[in-house]
Amino acid sequence: MKTKTHQAVVLKDVPCPFCSLICDDLVIQNSDGKLTVKENGCAIVEAHFSQSPPDDTPALKGKSCSIDKAIEVAARILKQSSQPLLAGLGTDIRGMRSVMRLADNIGATIDHMHSDGAIRNTLVLQDLGWVMTTMSEIKNRADFIIFAGTDASNYPRFFERVIWNKDSLFSDVKKRKIVYIGDKLNTSAGKSLEGTLPTVLKCEQEEINEIISVLHTIIAGNKIHQPIIAGINLITLQKLANQMKEAKYGVIVWAPGELNFPHAELTIQSICELVKYLTRTTRFAGFTLAGGDGVMSANSLSAWQSGFPLRVNFSKGFPKQDVGRNSTKNLLKNKEVDALIWISSFSSNNNPPKANIPTIVLATPGTKLNFKPDVFIPVATPGIDHSGQLIRTDNVVSLTLKKLRDSKYKSVSDILNRMIDLI
Amino acid sequence: MLIKLSGGTVYDPVHGINGEQRDIYIQDGYITRKPAASVKIDKIYDLNGKIIMAGAIDIHTHIGGGKVNIARMMLPEDHRSDLVSKTKLTRSGCGHAAPSTFTAGYRYAEMGYTACFEPAMLPANARQAHMEMADTPMVDKGAYAMLGSDDFFLRMLAAKKDREAISDYVGWTINATQAMAIKVVNPGGINAFKFNQRRLNLDEQNEHYGVSPREIIKSLARAVRELGVPHPLHLHGCNLGVPGNMQTTLDTIHAVEGMPLHLTHVQFHSYGTEGDRKFSSGAAQIAEAVNSNPNISVDVGQVLFGQTVTASGDTMMQYSGHWHAHPQKWVIMDIECDAGCGIVPFKYRDKNFVNALQWAIGLELFLLIKDPWRVFLTTDHPNGAPFTSYPHLIRLLMDRSFRNDMLATINKSAAAASVLSSIDREYTLYEIAKMTRAGPARSLGLKDRGHLGGGAIADITVYNDLKDKEKMFEKPLYVFKNGEEIVKNGKIVKIVTGGTHTLRPDYDKSIEQSLKKYFDRYMTIKLVNFRIDDDEIVEHGNSNIIIQPCT
Ligand code: SF4
Repeated sequence: MKTKTHQAVVLKDVPCPFCSLICDDLVIQNSDGKLTVKENGCAIVEAHFSQSPPDDTPALKGKSCSIDKAIEVAARILKQSSQPLLAGLGTDIRGMRSVMRLADNIGATIDHMHSDGAIRNTLVLQDLGWVMTTMSEIKNRADFIIFAGTDASNYPRFFERVIWNKDSLFSDVKKRKIVYIGDKLNTSAGKSLEGTLPTVLKCEQEEINEIISVLHTIIAGNKIHQPIIAGINLITLQKLANQMKEAKYGVIVWAPGELNFPHAELTIQSICELVKYLTRTTRFAGFTLAGGDGVMSANSLSAWQSGFPLRVNFSKGFPKQDVGRNSTKNLLKNKEVDALIWISSFSSNNNPPKANIPTIVLATPGTKLNFKPDVFIPVATPGIDHSGQLIRTDNVVSLTLKKLRDSKYKSVSDILNRMIDLI
Repeated sequence: MLIKLSGGTVYDPVHGINGEQRDIYIQDGYITRKPAASVKIDKIYDLNGKIIMAGAIDIHTHIGGGKVNIARMMLPEDHRSDLVSKTKLTRSGCGHAAPSTFTAGYRYAEMGYTACFEPAMLPANARQAHMEMADTPMVDKGAYAMLGSDDFFLRMLAAKKDREAISDYVGWTINATQAMAIKVVNPGGINAFKFNQRRLNLDEQNEHYGVSPREIIKSLARAVRELGVPHPLHLHGCNLGVPGNMQTTLDTIHAVEGMPLHLTHVQFHSYGTEGDRKFSSGAAQIAEAVNSNPNISVDVGQVLFGQTVTASGDTMMQYSGHWHAHPQKWVIMDIECDAGCGIVPFKYRDKNFVNALQWAIGLELFLLIKDPWRVFLTTDHPNGAPFTSYPHLIRLLMDRSFRNDMLATINKSAAAASVLSSIDREYTLYEIAKMTRAGPARSLGLKDRGHLGGGAIADITVYNDLKDKEKMFEKPLYVFKNGEEIVKNGKIVKIVTGGTHTLRPDYDKSIEQSLKKYFDRYMTIKLVNFRIDDDEIVEHGNSNIIIQPCT
């Protein structure tokens, strides 16, 4: 007991890098490099910490090598490539700065592992715009919250932190109304502290759009003649529409990555149009659960450095946004790229795509690969092995991550910068 | 390294040098006195017949932070017409209304600017604003922290906390966000909009707190003065863009009771209600008030015709203006019980009465305000026009016949409603040097910038002496940053990072106890993680910190 406390270091107010909420109240204990969450964790972060970092080494086609050798071979691959793809992009601001520098330098395409979702939002932003809000506004102001196609369970502390929070400046948390629309949603978190159950409109994910459109029609004062819409009784929708109009500060939450069907951006568009319409008379706002692995940071940094959010192609010497064609899947399928770097420095559960082109993988130690890439380099995790910055899901707040333990692994940025020096 | 700029014609208002031939010596990044004859000069630039000024300083330009980045994200069509290729030296990017960070830095430097100040940094978004500014090379940066709609402050004001406590909070904010000054945007209005109030006049109360914009302005202006922040409270007033807001602006000038106040993009706040269309110029009245109140400075926020994007913290007024969005898309965001932002793309048309009159009102203000030390050249980039139109604007100010030619092309009724054609004034180079260098530097408390005296940082711009002032200011012959030649013939020849100007006003640290409690209970970030450390600014080698003294 004595020796244990002697070795253990307890760190407070630690920001967590494992989902885009970036909760920053964690209490972490470091006992000889073994990290445990003492307070304010969740299943996701605890799962990460329960795996102590396996001893991984750089490798060429599965054969261990020195880091210098791995970087040298990777640089050679990139040099010889005429259409490289930088994908995955699970990294922090600093890593992303290096990604952009490299991409500009070698004329690469960049695409994040979660950009399918990010791009659904981008399409709506570029076509229509929106009215949005942030976490502290929801926590203190929201009285009516609709979850459209998500139950926020990939963001385990969302309800604890901003829906059923203890203190609120302007709203009576106990009276918050919660509504779910969609399929396969676990609505248990929506039960209020006093036991009031949420309203659940169960429908296919593809049908959310129709429900939102009908709500819009009703709120705009137009008649609907169908008695049942997407399996939901018109009366239910009329009641909901009234509640929305009467809300003082309503929020519609969606997770673009979870609206996973063709043209899901149209669903987001309908949500944003409805929010804008409600804003004419009351206050309503949208809120996005963006996905983890630094996707918000990658998207924002890409926009400030190139002018375009993800996906961007630099092959002509200037940035070019092409949201459809530049997806990792398409580029690999259509053989439009001839070398791949895949980066994932947070979760060890992300798998790089297997492609028949020279592949360089920069991943968290212990990442299970189902093929032997030309180059594998284990990398440090931001917020665990080194400090860094990440942008939160609301695209407003960003946090500085802490270094929690000593690590023998190098950061994504260090490795990419060394490659750039060799190119 | 000792450099001599030989024989140029120097405009240095701080030292009363108005177009005199002088040699300037640069050593190790600073301007130095003439060395002894025995000292070896490493490099001589023969600048006979060239014009020399200090590097220009933009006191109000939206170059970094969330709302600018949303503008970038939402306007791919605007970027596509101005894509910028990488070169051996420079990074790729894009330009026009909401340029990428690298391109913004390059273009500012290529236009002879050596410092740019982001005027609307939300404390909640400060970290990102600094990250973007760190990726804006070539120029020094600095930012003004936005207060006045944040719940913590309004709560203090409503509870009638004493002025020391408010100063402590303001001082803490400047320190925690690495800011250079305090900005207030539609005082209390961004907050009121969250409670669904759609308009807030100077003496109207925010329904939730029972506090009026007048009280907010007075309280913040006082705190800024008491903390010794060199730049006066930087105010984007009530009722932006509303016909008749001239009266609000005049009332605001009186509201501060002689305390220093900077009225930003005052063009958007100088509207009367005369004429058939109930929209008229209030420039004469505003200019007169500025002329007779030495505590007031302004920047104009000139409108120039074409497509741009308006990006503002003023959600209330951006929402009411969204009907005019062009193209038809817009963003409003409520942010962290702190503030908000609104982004509305807009096209100013010369044949449109209102837009044409806005153009004329801006120019009237420039020309009717007598003291160029107190009126600064801005377009409120990108709100009135992108910063790249500054050379054109300078020509409008310096060249009366060019101005009148332009006036003849705008909407006829607007031209007729403006006194512009009757104004003979042409700005001189000396006055331009005041309004784009010496004045902003003095206003911001940058003692070693904006002039060319011994001991100043060698931020220097050399122009060809051309009759066409647009051409002259578009493409400097040389720009020196910290003594290094970074631009030649209007093109980047060397990349530098630029630094970040900050202030460290003293405040009573015990305010952090109540802030900590507040953050723990109501915010979604911890107070310790909110604060931006020096390390973060310098970490990636993209910037260094320049701490400016308080007065
Ligand atoms: S909810 Fe997300 S950020 Fe918060 S502790 Fe869990 S994984 Fe980390």
